[in-house]
Amino acid sequence: MNNITIQNLYKDGYYGQFGGAYIPELLHSNIEELKQNYLDIIDSDEFQKEFKSLLKDYVGRPTPLYFAKRLSQQYNTNIFLKREDLNHTGAHKINNTIGQILVAKHLGKSRIIAETGAGQHGVATATVCALMNLECIIYMGEIDIARQAPNVAKMKMLGATVVPATSGSKTLKDATNEAIRDWINHPENTYYIIGSVVGPDPYPDMVARFQSIISIEMESQLLEKTNRNYPDHIIACVGGGSNAAGAFYQFIGNEKVTLHVAEASGKGIESGETAATGAIGTLGVIHGSRTLLMQDENGQIIEPYSISAGLDYPGIGPLHAELICSKRATLHSISDDEALISALNITKKEGIIPALESSHALAVLNKTTFSPSENVVINLSGRGDKDMATYLNQFNLI
Amino acid sequence: MIDNNLTRVLVRDKKFLSIYVTAGYPKLNDTAHIVKQLASKQVDFIELGMPFSDPMADGPVIQETSSVAINNGMTLSLYFEQVEEIRSKSSIPLVFMGYYNQIICYGIEKFYQKCEECGIDGLIIPDLPMTEYENEHQILQEKYNLSMTFLITPQTSNERLQKIDKLTTGFIYVVSSNSITGSTKNSSNQTIDYLKRIGQTVTKSQKIVGFGIHDHETFSNALAHNDGAIIGSAFLKSLNSDNLETDINNFINSLKQTS
Ligand SMILES: Cc1ncc(COP(=O)(O)O)c(C=O)c1O
Repeated sequence: MNNITIQNLYKDGYYGQFGGAYIPELLHSNIEELKQNYLDIIDSDEFQKEFKSLLKDYVGRPTPLYFAKRLSQQYNTNIFLKREDLNHTGAHKINNTIGQILVAKHLGKSRIIAETGAGQHGVATATVCALMNLECIIYMGEIDIARQAPNVAKMKMLGATVVPATSGSKTLKDATNEAIRDWINHPENTYYIIGSVVGPDPYPDMVARFQSIISIEMESQLLEKTNRNYPDHIIACVGGGSNAAGAFYQFIGNEKVTLHVAEASGKGIESGETAATGAIGTLGVIHGSRTLLMQDENGQIIEPYSISAGLDYPGIGPLHAELICSKRATLHSISDDEALISALNITKKEGIIPALESSHALAVLNKTTFSPSENVVINLSGRGDKDMATYLNQFNLI
Repeated sequence: MIDNNLTRVLVRDKKFLSIYVTAGYPKLNDTAHIVKQLASKQVDFIELGMPFSDPMADGPVIQETSSVAINNGMTLSLYFEQVEEIRSKSSIPLVFMGYYNQIICYGIEKFYQKCEECGIDGLIIPDLPMTEYENEHQILQEKYNLSMTFLITPQTSNERLQKIDKLTTGFIYVVSSNSITGSTKNSSNQTIDYLKRIGQTVTKSQKIVGFGIHDHETFSNALAHNDGAIIGSAFLKSLNSDNLETDINNFINSLKQTS
């Protein structure tokens, strides 16, 4: 396992056996155009200058690396929170949408489409479309539209058209299918902003690059706070896996850093109501990527369940499938209840209301013992504003 | 050399009519009955769709019929049983249309072996990448005497067209406009240019046009510029009464003559 870095883990569109572009011919030209151009665009001075300036002045980066004193006392170790919750729009999602909207502009696209589950990626996309004055169409499952009303309202106020996905199970996976269909129907003027490290190559790599700012900042912040530019542990939640990819990016090749993946087991891995793809997923193809996914014995994709809409996805990014299968990352399955307990705990201890997704990462503290000398970074991917209805309800606060 | 019901039909000098049927729709055991009726109406070959939960290259009609079929209890094993049932009575060429995930789940070689055993002649797997086909699938399909069909679109470059023409062992599925199945856009000058370009570049394979054909006019247009036509969504939509036989007869008759 010497010298495994993200750069040599990702080869010809694959991470080990995972990844690739399993797309119909109808999408070939769109994907090929992106593949041929994305690295040149991202590496250009012009792009870098604009990207960095927007991350700083618009998103509010760098986000703090906060030493959580009371949490550290509670768990008798050194816990740092990477505060992605303090980004504009309240989560890490905007790092990616800023990057992709600039790519779309460089490719000369005038119409932006995206899928969203909880609405976080939809809001982050609608936000950058308003910023860049581009037409924005967001596909969202009919059921999610009903249960995430505040985010739907935000997207509309930002000028986006929210199109209900009425096919299949009417949630994130179907919204993704609809977005793909839209792209097939508009191959020339439309750019598809995917919200995580999922989908056909080169999306997983491109999104990971945009999120890598999380671990790039961590390095200098850790050096300043701990005299070492890497931690002993990094914990991140994984839906598709974009915040985790960003938090792991700089450390994948450093074996001294243990990477922890927290996925949502919903009501339990064996309950039939789960999103624990890493634990029960098997090899297959979903949304253009060869990866682990939840499927029945006939190869039909199973609708996942989690209390957290952002983790409610039946697949997992190909990078994480590889990290899990090669045992480079340690997998934790966190239930609804475990996440809720951790959400309430950090709120009381640190005065931070976390997103339900991020609470799954926090719950790993109850699953693993860290030593008093170790430094543990938890990627706090988002804030809890969007989850207040669930929290009020669950904690009997009304 | 691949030699099956499909290749033997495709060498005929005629315009082909193919119908897409979702297996297990509208009722689980309607499949064989529908195919038999289509065969009696001189349909040249059948695309037999294996329903998938997430058919990303297909439109709302095929997605909906697929959901119904899955809810009816449709599985790949039942699919093969239905193919055997059709095969016991008819030699109409059958082309499997389905998504790669289900083939991986079933086991790739086992899948092809079973296809041959039951009487499948051709394959359309829209999300199987060309390189993976060349590396792993081509040799298995030859072994089990199965013909492969690739899709092309107005965006497909000439270089890619030539490669697809070379690799094709069935027919080439010409997507008429940049759209998923079930769209109803009209043909424009752009489409005519596209069809001319294909005509010049594709020299070996038969070109069957699909996507958006729904009535006599769109059907005749498709035949004017290609070797044949495939109809899916419009056909499935026409299965709307209790009498499948009447629905099928009416639909095929309406294609062949102006209303
Ligand atoms: C706050 C937050 N964290 C995590 C996720 C999960 O996405 P990913 O796994 O791509 O980071 C989401 C998705 O909506 C989110 O809103």
